[in-house]
Amino acid sequence: MILVTVGTQLPFDRLVKSVDTFANELSKPVLAQIGKGTYTPQNMKWIKNIEPKDFDNVFRDASVIVSHAGIGTVLTAKRFGKPIILVPRLAALGEHRNDHQLATVSQLVGRPGIYVANTDDDLRNYLLEELDSPSHEDSSEAGRASLVTYLKNYIMTV
Amino acid sequence: MTEKKLKVLAASSGGGHWEQLMAMRGAFEGCDIVFATTIPGLLAKYDIRGGLVLPDCSRDSITMSIRCFFTAFSIVIKQRPDVIISTGAAPGLFCLLAGKLTGKRTIWIDSVANVEKLSLSGKLAGHIATLWLTQWQHLSRPDGPHYAGAVL
Repeated sequence: MILVTVGTQLPFDRLVKSVDTFANELSKPVLAQIGKGTYTPQNMKWIKNIEPKDFDNVFRDASVIVSHAGIGTVLTAKRFGKPIILVPRLAALGEHRNDHQLATVSQLVGRPGIYVANTDDDLRNYLLEELDSPSHEDSSEAGRASLVTYLKNYIMTV
Repeated sequence: MTEKKLKVLAASSGGGHWEQLMAMRGAFEGCDIVFATTIPGLLAKYDIRGGLVLPDCSRDSITMSIRCFFTAFSIVIKQRPDVIISTGAAPGLFCLLAGKLTGKRTIWIDSVANVEKLSLSGKLAGHIATLWLTQWQHLSRPDGPHYAGAVL
């Protein structure tokens, strides 16, 4: 299953519509979590919001995640070892307050298991390919361990 | 006689801020920890008991922000944590502010989503937090925010 998720705070009809236009060409079924969007998908299953308690199960069942460039989804995809395709929200199209998602993807592009789609064609091509999953031994694990140790030491000195 | 455990209040909004807080949970091992977030379902998702709920707020709503501040303040008064930690956004900042007013240690870790500049909450946190961190080396400065690693 391909999971499309746009987060709960803001609509992202451009992404939902884009996947919907070629959903019939894909070899796997698609489930889209459309949040506050108003576009109704025609060619794929959709749900407004996935309950937090069900979210992990849906993630586990997915083979690929398509998402806005939200850190929560990136971290969850990494936790479950799933490849993720990111489509940044653009301020010019009223999709976010600013272009921080563009900045975020500029730092994430090229990391194992993370793919950035800047156009509908990019997105479609990635979904037709077999994508690599993120590795559990990438450099971000060391960064996380270092942050956790630093915080722990700081808290202990209180 | 056992030594009293340090009490930590860890507060953040739902979504990415919360997932980042969960990713650094190892830092609170051995502490008496209380979590607070804006989406109640997230506490159940991570099997957290005794978690607290903060009203969501942003710079767009003054009424919600005032309500959020008072909730944050009452949580800090009631829970009496030794340390308050947040990954953002505004609701977490209010917990830090309440902590500063009551003389607690406060930790701000700016979201890893902010790669070009700190968030508004993150900038304000610089005036409040006793430990002020960014998750990007290139955003760190000698006077803070400092860099000590990142969840991603």
